[in-house]
Amino acid sequence: MLRYVLRRMGSAVPTLFIIITVSFFLMRIAPGGPFNLERPLEAKVMENLNRIYNLDKPLWQQYLLYLRNLARGDLGPSFVYRDFSVGDLFANGLPVSIQIGAAALLLALLVGTALGAFAALRQNSPLDYLVVGVATFGITIPPFVVAPILSLVFGVMLGWLPAGGWGNGALANKVLPVITLALPQIAIVARLIRGATIEALRSDHVRTARAYGLPTRVVVVVHALRAAVLPVVSYLGPAAAALLTGSIVVETIFGIPGIGRYFVQAALNRDYTLVMGTVVVVSIFVVLFNLLVDLLYAVLDPRVRYD
Amino acid sequence: MSGDPILSVRDLHVRFALASGEVHAVRGVDLDVQAGETVAIVGESGSGKSQTAMAAMGLLASNGKAAGRILYRGEDLLKLGPRRLDRIRGDRITMIFQEPMTSLDPLYRIGRQIAEPMIHHRGLGARAARARAIELLRLVRMPHPERRIDAYPHELSGGQRQRVMIAMALANDPDILIADEPTTALDVTIQAQILELLKDLQARLGMAIVFITHDLGIVRRFADRVCVMRAGEVVETGRVEPIFADPKAAYTKMLLAAEPTGRKNPVPPGAPILLEARNLAVSFHIPAGWFGRSAFELKAVDRVTLALRQGQTIGIVGESGSGKSTLGRALLRLMESEGTIRFEGRDLRSIDLRRNPEIRRELQIVFQDPYGSLSPRLTVGQIVTEGLLVHEPGLSRAERDRRAIAALEEVRLDPAMRDRYPHEFSGGQRQRIAIARTMILKPRVVVLDEPTSALDRSVQKEIVDLLRELQRVHDLSYLFISHDLAVVRALADDVIVMRNGRVVEHGPADDIFEHPRDGYTRALLSAAFGGWAGGEEPEMRSDVSTAMDL
Repeated sequence: MLRYVLRRMGSAVPTLFIIITVSFFLMRIAPGGPFNLERPLEAKVMENLNRIYNLDKPLWQQYLLYLRNLARGDLGPSFVYRDFSVGDLFANGLPVSIQIGAAALLLALLVGTALGAFAALRQNSPLDYLVVGVATFGITIPPFVVAPILSLVFGVMLGWLPAGGWGNGALANKVLPVITLALPQIAIVARLIRGATIEALRSDHVRTARAYGLPTRVVVVVHALRAAVLPVVSYLGPAAAALLTGSIVVETIFGIPGIGRYFVQAALNRDYTLVMGTVVVVSIFVVLFNLLVDLLYAVLDPRVRYD
Repeated sequence: MSGDPILSVRDLHVRFALASGEVHAVRGVDLDVQAGETVAIVGESGSGKSQTAMAAMGLLASNGKAAGRILYRGEDLLKLGPRRLDRIRGDRITMIFQEPMTSLDPLYRIGRQIAEPMIHHRGLGARAARARAIELLRLVRMPHPERRIDAYPHELSGGQRQRVMIAMALANDPDILIADEPTTALDVTIQAQILELLKDLQARLGMAIVFITHDLGIVRRFADRVCVMRAGEVVETGRVEPIFADPKAAYTKMLLAAEPTGRKNPVPPGAPILLEARNLAVSFHIPAGWFGRSAFELKAVDRVTLALRQGQTIGIVGESGSGKSTLGRALLRLMESEGTIRFEGRDLRSIDLRRNPEIRRELQIVFQDPYGSLSPRLTVGQIVTEGLLVHEPGLSRAERDRRAIAALEEVRLDPAMRDRYPHEFSGGQRQRIAIARTMILKPRVVVLDEPTSALDRSVQKEIVDLLRELQRVHDLSYLFISHDLAVVRALADDVIVMRNGRVVEHGPADDIFEHPRDGYTRALLSAAFGGWAGGEEPEMRSDVSTAMDL
């Protein structure tokens, strides 16, 4: 098992290398640069800036320089947020995004599993259709619609919760963003669990459990639901990576200082180092969570063993 | 007959509500089971034999309804609430199923699964239940029970999994054990062992067994009484010997006669050799690491030599994993192999078959699964003529249609059905379609890979007759791959017995069936024909267990 983990870690290095290389050159192919502002800078200023940030060197040298700094854990200075290094930006923003994302993920798993199992046990009844209908609705409504509505109703009209802002991480400020992020995930998890539970309830080994007079509770929880959780576990890898690295929509609408905003802002501003930093962080999350999920899968399903 | 029956079924009806209407699967079945006896319910697929048992166990699908009475010691199982029923099933009445590979929960160790009913019905503690589970595994002759109890189902073979199911079924000393085709999915030698085990356990423990099967050989060897079912009704019931000796119902007579009979006419001595293989070998590399390092090499086919003459049938016999299907595929160059393959004297391995479709056309294959091998989205006419699009692209649509009609007529299907889709046909009809698809190309060598295994006996017989007829008319050469020795005997001139990729015996069919030399061949034969086909008692029992290293 340990050997497997080490091997997976090892194979992540070339993956990251390829992602970094492709992103680095793609970013540079895009027209414009970090200092092309609406009002053009003086040529002398521009020249100085380019020299300070090594933009005057040939591209391959810049690339090697970036790799060397990255290997030392240095993501470089941000070109746009001049007072911060990219590392500082992430150190401040990432914990915020992770808090919101993790809470949303947990909520989605609990509520989604409960709803999915509830619907599966009442397959083709009105209650089942209700759950499936709401879940489909939940997937189709985009967060940029849900977020303002929640903010309007609970923040402005009812005044129960802050309509936005981070409030230094106060609990009340997290409720609405977490719900907004969780809603589509709840819907997806519920649908996955429902389908898998229905299939598991029809499987031969559940028939065996029923034939041996085991109580319904044992049949459902022990023999059907454990099998039904497996497809959700597979989904969990990419979902966790996406949620924990923040959401541009939710962070912008609720005014939360996470890292989700950087995806778009950095790209628009040609903030080369910040774009690369985001790419590196997100890639590491994707690789890491897929590994975690594969390990979790092996714990849950004895047929999967990595040796 | 002594005393009251322990289980009696009275006027049982089972109906399923489908979107297309109601299916009346069981129509007024009466059946009695005395304590300690073995009753076989025999019938072909769709006869309602399994649904009768499912109704008794409260396991009908959610759209199924049972009416009538099923009395266990005077209590009507159909009227019991779920809690009362749960006290009986798994304790007084237990069941083993047809699918040993999937009937156990893959996520839990077998020890826990055997223990569950004991903990539940008998209130045993975890430790006591485990001790008893080990005892039960020993009883069902599982090797190394103390170690195997911690195994997961996927770590066991099919035969071993069925032993685990039997251990579970015996845990609470049931009055009745219902066995629904418990050996159908197993190889014949394993099948013989499981049957022997059940018989032995019954003698020791005294439970009644209800044995559901389509296999009359098993009924004759195993049961005291038999109940023959067809289309949801009991057509004949009584003690086994009189029914086998003198069946009254026409359907029973037909079932008894459905064993494939007849022999193939021998090949004329001077018939030319069409397909020849020398030291043919196929190996699979089982990778250990990610980067293709080969952990070990599995020799699926290990240096097999054979020669197939024009008009000849070679039967290739063996159990699952013996390499017989791989051999068939390698011979047609459907997979890579080593050694030489010659077709009409030309080295087949050096010919690019994509450039020479006329050779591909002469070498055809029919697969086992008539459900999976026909595209569900094409009509039968399109399926049958698909090969012509490749091999005779110049044909007009009308000409293709004419050929489709001829091909379907040749396999005795109504050509008017060529515009229908595969799901509208029965298993036997689908296999005819698959055969028509092959025959329309006018092949010379046909590999038949278990073409009759998924079919009922009476349908098998028809397919065997059809294959023999087609061979006679077109002077075809067959390579007939099967684990079913009765079918091979009716079709083959020569027989090759394979085991673990190697040929263990090779010779004329009569020699092999009458005077098998190899121990494994003898074990296969005695397991397949038992004491009844040849009229002799199985003498190789000890050999069966030594031949199979479980």
